[in-house]
Amino acid sequence: MRWKTDTYTGWGRVHSATGELARPERLSHLAAIAKDEPAPAIGQRRSYGDACLNDGGRAVETSRLDRVLSFDAETGLMEAEAGLRLGEIARLYAPKGWLPAVMPGTGFATVGGAIAMDVHGKNHHHAGSFGQHVTEITLLQGKKTLKITPKDEALFKATVGGLGQTGIIASATLQLQRCKGDLMMVTERRATDWDAFIALLDQSEATYTVGWIDATATGKDLGRGILEEGETGAGLVPAPKRSKSVPFNAPQAALSAPVVRTFNALYYSRVPKSGRTTVKPIQDFFFPLDRIHDWNRLYGKTGFHQFQCVVPLDQAPALREMMARIAKSGLASPLAVLKRMGPGRAGYLSFPMEGYTLAVDFPNRGRAEALIADLEKMTHEAGGRIYFAKDALSTPLHIDEMYPDLPLWQAEASKADPDGALKTDLVRRLKLRDAS
Amino acid sequence: MSETWIILGATSSIARCLVRDLAGEGAALILAGRDQADLDATAADCLARGASMATPVQFDVRDPATFGAILDLATGASGPICAAVFTGSMPDQEKIDADVALIDGVITDSFTGPARFLQELAPHLERKGEGTILGIGSVAGDRGRLGNYVYGSAKAGFATYLSGLRNRLGRSGVHVVTVKPGPVDTAMTWGLDGLPFMTTPDKAAAHMLKAARKGRNVVYTAPIWRIIMMVIRSVPEPIFKKMEI
Ligand SMILES: Cc1cc2nc3c(=O)[nH]c(=O)nc-3n(C[C@H](O)[C@H](O)[C@H](O)COP(=O)(O)OP(=O)(O)OC[C@H]3O[C@@H](n4cnc5c(N)ncnc54)[C@H](O)[C@@H]3O)c2cc1C
Ligand SMILES: NC(=O)c1ccc[n+]([C@@H]2O[C@H](COP(=O)([O-])OP(=O)(O)OC[C@H]3O[C@@H](n4cnc5c(N)ncnc54)[C@H](OP(=O)(O)O)[C@@H]3O)[C@@H](O)[C@H]2O)c1
Repeated sequence: MRWKTDTYTGWGRVHSATGELARPERLSHLAAIAKDEPAPAIGQRRSYGDACLNDGGRAVETSRLDRVLSFDAETGLMEAEAGLRLGEIARLYAPKGWLPAVMPGTGFATVGGAIAMDVHGKNHHHAGSFGQHVTEITLLQGKKTLKITPKDEALFKATVGGLGQTGIIASATLQLQRCKGDLMMVTERRATDWDAFIALLDQSEATYTVGWIDATATGKDLGRGILEEGETGAGLVPAPKRSKSVPFNAPQAALSAPVVRTFNALYYSRVPKSGRTTVKPIQDFFFPLDRIHDWNRLYGKTGFHQFQCVVPLDQAPALREMMARIAKSGLASPLAVLKRMGPGRAGYLSFPMEGYTLAVDFPNRGRAEALIADLEKMTHEAGGRIYFAKDALSTPLHIDEMYPDLPLWQAEASKADPDGALKTDLVRRLKLRDAS
Repeated sequence: MSETWIILGATSSIARCLVRDLAGEGAALILAGRDQADLDATAADCLARGASMATPVQFDVRDPATFGAILDLATGASGPICAAVFTGSMPDQEKIDADVALIDGVITDSFTGPARFLQELAPHLERKGEGTILGIGSVAGDRGRLGNYVYGSAKAGFATYLSGLRNRLGRSGVHVVTVKPGPVDTAMTWGLDGLPFMTTPDKAAAHMLKAARKGRNVVYTAPIWRIIMMVIRSVPEPIFKKMEI
């Protein structure tokens, strides 16, 4: 295998890594790497921080391993290579009445990355996490090729949400979910303040529910936003527009506080007081940001952070406190999401817990780091946790309390990869594999 | 009537992108190559993407005994028959210098093997009076260079063969396209420095398919390579022989 030295980043572009990358084009070449020169696998690097980085070491890109290996139109079971993007699965199968059971907010996430982060979607309250719909994983551990299923309790739970530390995922079988077609009926409603928002989320019975929150609104408007509810359907709409790209790094002023405040106010009032229902192609509902390629460049060269936490249901007031802190800071970008999660999770290190999750983007400047540190502290005090797919700044301090199954995961990871060949920058930064 | 496409070297990275496009059009695909596991995976993927048929077939371009099964499969089809040739191999020139016997294989993989196959296929296409052949050459075939002249000469031979075949088959409504890729971002080029104007395999595949539909004869991909090679071909030999490019 030829290796190529390159410098690469996660989606937030704050951390970068320089090291050798391989990009096998066949599963047999991936297996040879796992056997002879193991290194962590990475997908489309849609993780914001350093989960997909291995500075000074090697990593294996899965982008060319993106084939559908089998599909059963009766049962909806589909086997795919690890590098297949979830958006591609939706594009291929939604017209035939099937969708990945769980889709994160970007269609670029790969099957391997979605498993390794046990990602959640807008239907988490009903469908649970991605790993709960994975029926089999082909896992490469050194010389061994294992087929694991949920029956392999510990190894399965350590692999799903396992940050790639139990081996390289070569392929996986997914149980797709029935859908009515490749359209989305979307109902948008205003939530006038925090309490109204929480009430709307609690009442929502839609299959897909997500809230956009105005992270700049203060005072009586604190926590205002728009609740979006979606159901799939069939029919005809214009094809999704071709994606555009951001050709250069934007200047910092693009996301200055007044610009964001104005943008958010407009975005909020775009939805009439009485709410509205529209029909869109599914991509536009699930992956609204994918329409603009490389939108992360809007944050300029210095990059950005996403803070995401989840807190238990009874800790909504603590989350409101965090929201107030964010709004007061004037540091937030327009991208901010509030959602109610169900209890579903499939791995030891899976992020979801029953409660409310908040995700907010911050340009990497000024006091953003200090603010995020405060938010993490508040999350910990509220009995919640932060998300490894987003984190770039945290320290090992509270991880074991946020992730109580950490020792169980560590045991499996060190059995699978005793030499630590699969460690990534995130794993080292948070000392995840250093048993206490 | 959907087309039947024979893909020689279906495990090639560029071929894999082409068959995806063809699958989307509902074509029937005969996927010929050596790596059975990889061919099986590509076949499954093509079926998932709408191919009306996707059959992997064991094929070694150095072994004409493997040609018959492919021809039988293809000539049984009712619609137009098309073929795309991706086989080729490019050992380092130093390896060839150390073991000159390698030359035979290089020439066979890129030139004489495919030519022999196409020569057997040609009468069937003539009989049908329709069909397309896509032959993948290389810009390396446009001029012999220090770094890869054995490979380059095989591609040059193939290009000349394709030009003759076009001359012959054009008379019966069969179209032959010569494709000359510059660097393409595949395993062949991964990690090599200093490759300018690289294109991606999916762009190259889409480009060659479009060229075939439009009845183009010789296409460079990326297109800028037509101009670059024009310049390189025009350098007088006394100067060129001293150059290292
Ligand atoms: C715009 C946007 C919206 C998002 N929305 C959501 C959301 O709604 N919900 C959510 O849960 N997440 C969300 N995310 C995060 C994203 O879904 C995850 O970070 C996901 O893991 C990205 O997949 P990837 O293929 O890019 O993996 P990468 O980011 O490249 O890698 C992620 C992890 O997976 C491991 N990995 C990747 N491939 C393999 C493999 N083959 N074998 C073993 N390990 C592997 C890597 O080592 C790494 O630890 C969002 C991200 C973006 C950019
Ligand atoms: N990549 C570039 O930059 C570039 C530039 C110019 C031209 N090209 C040409 O484009 C074509 C496709 O190349 P690629 O980039 O996709 O690289 P590739 O993946 O290495 O493709 C070469 C293909 O030829 C097949 N092959 C070689 N010897 C064979 C044999 N004896 N019998 C059967 N099949 C054989 C290989 O099969 P196996 O899988 O069994 O090895 C493989 O499918 C080649 O002809 C190449 O010369 C490529």
